[in-house]
Amino acid sequence: MPEENTIIPESLLKAIGVESDPITYEIEKGHIARFAEAIGDENPLFSDEIKARNSRYGGIIAPPTFYRALRPGSLPESAESPFTRNLDAGSDWEFFEPIRPGDRITVTIKLADVVEREGRLGKMIIITRETRYENQLGQIVATQKTNGISY
Amino acid sequence: MSKETLYWDDVEEASEVTPLPKNASSQLLVKYAGASGDFYQIHYDVEFAKNNNLPGIIIHGALKNAWLGQLMTDWIGETGMLRKLSCQYRAMDVPNEDLICKGIVTKKYQDGDHHLLDCDIWLENSKGDRTTPGTATVELPIKD
Repeated sequence: MPEENTIIPESLLKAIGVESDPITYEIEKGHIARFAEAIGDENPLFSDEIKARNSRYGGIIAPPTFYRALRPGSLPESAESPFTRNLDAGSDWEFFEPIRPGDRITVTIKLADVVEREGRLGKMIIITRETRYENQLGQIVATQKTNGISY
Repeated sequence: MSKETLYWDDVEEASEVTPLPKNASSQLLVKYAGASGDFYQIHYDVEFAKNNNLPGIIIHGALKNAWLGQLMTDWIGETGMLRKLSCQYRAMDVPNEDLICKGIVTKKYQDGDHHLLDCDIWLENSKGDRTTPGTATVELPIKD
């Protein structure tokens, strides 16, 4: 039962567990290099084809948080925050396989949890979302849990 | 590649992760917006940021997260594997400030054949505040 005076709409609680439509991205070498440059990471594994080929990976791989560039689809409106102010509070990653150019990665996001908190800014809700990244072989290559503050 | 292999055997609890200094230009934030697809204007439009009660443009949380990833991948080299990475954005960081990513090993252990380290990691601003604390788990090779 929702507690009394909660600021969490019942429709949002009901939407816990709802997933977005999956989106599939084909990974491009140029995008990986651009992402590495944009984070200021000069590791040759991410951009130098010859050095990467001579590494244990045998070719270019992407930096761990490259997955941020593979944006998930939208959740239905009932699973979105009813408030206009939203802050990204952090991420929690697990990595299973490196991502390589030519991979086809399918991204799905799920509304995992909603809780209410009393903070410096008054009442707020914390929305936890889980994003799953799957490759063309059906293997889960990474997961990301994000916490968003909404008020 | 040219870097020497970091072996699990040579790391102890309380060992330091090699620090990684960072200083973001506004241009880097625009590059990150383009490469990541995060076009929220608080990261490149000063007027928009000020209208949102911010002192000016601020660094993307996810960019700080990427730096903490680099902190770990630079340290472990290509023979190590980053297994877990998490961080919390506790305070904002701004461009053109000297920031530094740091870390320390908190636990050294084995899980079956896997030789693992847990680390506390964080981004520190020029005042010494840990604006972005987190944790990481890495797997390292062992000596024959």
